[in-house]
Amino acid sequence: MHHTPTSPAPATELPEGAVRLLDADGTLHEDARFTPYLADLTEDTLQRMYRLMSTERRVDQEGTSLQRQGQLALWVPAVGQEGAQAGALTALREDDWIFPTYREHLFALGRGVTPGQLLALFRGVAHAGWAAEDHRMQPYTLVLAAQALHATGYAWGISRDQAGWDAERRLAEGQVVLACYGDGASSEGDIHESMVFAASYDLPVVFFCQNNQWAISVPAATQTRVPLARRAAGYGFEGVTVDGNDPLAMHAVTAWAAEQARTGSGPVLVEAHTFRGGAHTTADDPTKYRTRAEEEAWAAVDPLARLEAHLRATGAAGPDPDRFFADVAAEGEELARRTREAVLAMTGDTVAPLDTVFETVYAESHPLVAEELAWHRQWQAGFADTEAEGDRS
Amino acid sequence: MTTDTTTPAGAAPGTAAGPAPVTGAATALETLTIAKAINRALADELAADEKVLLMGEDIGSLGGVYRVTEGLKARFGADRVVDSPLAESGIIGTSIGLALRGYRPVAEIQFDGFVFPGFNQITTQLAKMHARTRGAATVPVTIRIPYGGGIGSIEHHSESPEALFAHTAGLRVITPSNAHDAYWMTRQGIRSQDPVIIFEPKRRYWLKGEVDVSADGHRGVSAFQAQVVRQGTDATIAAWGPLVPVALAAANAAAEDGRSIEVIDLRSLSPVDFDALQASVEKTGRMVVTHEAPTFGGLGGEIAARLMERSFLHLEAPILRVGGFHLPYPPSRVEEQYLPDLDRILDAVDRTFAY
Ligand SMILES: Cc1ncc(C[n+]2csc(CCOP(=O)(O)OP(=O)(O)O)c2C)c(N)n1
Ligand SMILES: [Mg+2]
Repeated sequence: MHHTPTSPAPATELPEGAVRLLDADGTLHEDARFTPYLADLTEDTLQRMYRLMSTERRVDQEGTSLQRQGQLALWVPAVGQEGAQAGALTALREDDWIFPTYREHLFALGRGVTPGQLLALFRGVAHAGWAAEDHRMQPYTLVLAAQALHATGYAWGISRDQAGWDAERRLAEGQVVLACYGDGASSEGDIHESMVFAASYDLPVVFFCQNNQWAISVPAATQTRVPLARRAAGYGFEGVTVDGNDPLAMHAVTAWAAEQARTGSGPVLVEAHTFRGGAHTTADDPTKYRTRAEEEAWAAVDPLARLEAHLRATGAAGPDPDRFFADVAAEGEELARRTREAVLAMTGDTVAPLDTVFETVYAESHPLVAEELAWHRQWQAGFADTEAEGDRS
Repeated sequence: MTTDTTTPAGAAPGTAAGPAPVTGAATALETLTIAKAINRALADELAADEKVLLMGEDIGSLGGVYRVTEGLKARFGADRVVDSPLAESGIIGTSIGLALRGYRPVAEIQFDGFVFPGFNQITTQLAKMHARTRGAATVPVTIRIPYGGGIGSIEHHSESPEALFAHTAGLRVITPSNAHDAYWMTRQGIRSQDPVIIFEPKRRYWLKGEVDVSADGHRGVSAFQAQVVRQGTDATIAAWGPLVPVALAAANAAAEDGRSIEVIDLRSLSPVDFDALQASVEKTGRMVVTHEAPTFGGLGGEIAARLMERSFLHLEAPILRVGGFHLPYPPSRVEEQYLPDLDRILDAVDRTFAY
């Protein structure tokens, strides 16, 4: 087979065998295997899904604006991937764990992380803006794929804690771990090693690959000849490619995958075939490597529009759909306002001082760090004295 | 392979041969090799804390390539003494995840030269986890690494990469030189709330010594402290791990020339016990630091620089370093010329007196 790594990124067409339940116009299809996993999708959940997607997109746009205005060091837009994330998040239980990359803003907000906590990393005030235990979501990890091994190890711990549980108890109380990564990160050795460990010990991991077609400027074709979900077969577990812009298919397949993992059958891989609608980060210039036509083709299959069409067609947006969508838009505006407010407030005394890093580099006392901290404090105090003198004169 | 089971002659109390006798305290002395002392420490920690688990390549049925974990799988089961897939990043990365879940993994890296596939997980993830979460996450992962040369082995089996880890904030790095320390430092390392890397001096695995395994056999000595293993007044030799017996032998040889040499076993390389080093060099005025790792960029340079800052006016001579050359570890037929030995250490001692 002739392989051209520079071939254009796959178009919006799905790879063969990929799961789509909702058409671009909002029509729902039956799928013998996955439709049953839509059973829990109440009107409330569908509305929540849309609300998460829409309000996250608004916060996301605010992130880009704040970066353009010099208020953030960097922003990482997730525009276009809301459907993949909303479908997956609503398929998990509250006590399932998420080990994210750096683009899972909808997971974070959906798990109760505030916009301020989410943006603290990008504001440069903290490496981890939220407490993992409070949200069952680890902080963002910037070293690609490293978190997949942490997810796998954490799942190993879960599996140990649940040793001796029967299938019924696992289904009722068992936890699973969602290990997030991208098409680019799929080439990292840590993804391979995660899958080996997860398979060897039947760990409750759902590998969640958001194939957004690009790893900065490099197309997915350079990372793989086959849909990434097919790699799972090589490790001996199931992998499914899903239309990542179809929130319902994402929900159903993730719910199925989580059930497999939860009941002790070991890991599953869910690949969301989606598109990074914006730049890689605010430091990126996509015009250098991809075409306008490609962006437009994907914009035409936007996940928000698709879910909106479905909600309107089925009456799931309530008796007054226009009102529902207007309310959600207003919530987005309000969240964007709070985002801006929180970011601008992270300044001066509200920023944890360097002392915090000295105090937390080790859990137990370390004489070198103690010595350097004492020196640092004295040095800083010297400036305080000078400032005080300046004030007096 | 060279087996070095001899006790350096004329070693003073509290030496590399074992702990100082403590009169009045209840002691339970057993004569063990370093390898057996570590085995015993691992067994005792596995027994004491059900969250402790071992993982690594070939550590189960085989008992590790150096048999350090021999018998532990049979005693504690395959769930707690885990033969992992052959993947160092996986071993460290999943250990981090296990630690986040409340476990206390003790990972074995088979040889010094094979830690590098796991280097990313150790330095970018394990070391930073506590600080990046502002103290919310603790990751008490212990990583055991047999290290150092002098065993006549092939490429990548004889290296001393300790400086790379000591240089990384967030890690603790310790290395015992005798059986008693191996037992207690392993136990203390596992119990630390921080990530701890234990470099085990593989050419001394068969070195026997008395180990006090009674409950307070550690006698209040922390794994993160240095120990004076030989008292002296004229010069200090600072060493760690495999070179401590060599330093003691050099001190004994110097004694025949009428020189009284103090020997410090650093034991901990992060933190370094600079107070102990300072006290010694201010007493003797001269110091030689020796390690198998290359001299350039090695910990000897850091020790020399710090002591110059702290003790400049007490120094009779520059602090000298005796280490490996700036070379890849050589083929073993010529490793004797590479490794610091008694003569090179004594030559440096002589040079400190020539000032
Ligand atoms: C180990 C590592 N190498 C390189 C980078 C720099 N980098 C950041 S994001 C990125 C592309 C990642 O692509 P993908 O995994 O597809 O995720 P996406 O950004 O598309 O969500 C690169 C190369 C990094 N963060 N970590
Ligand atoms: Mg990508």
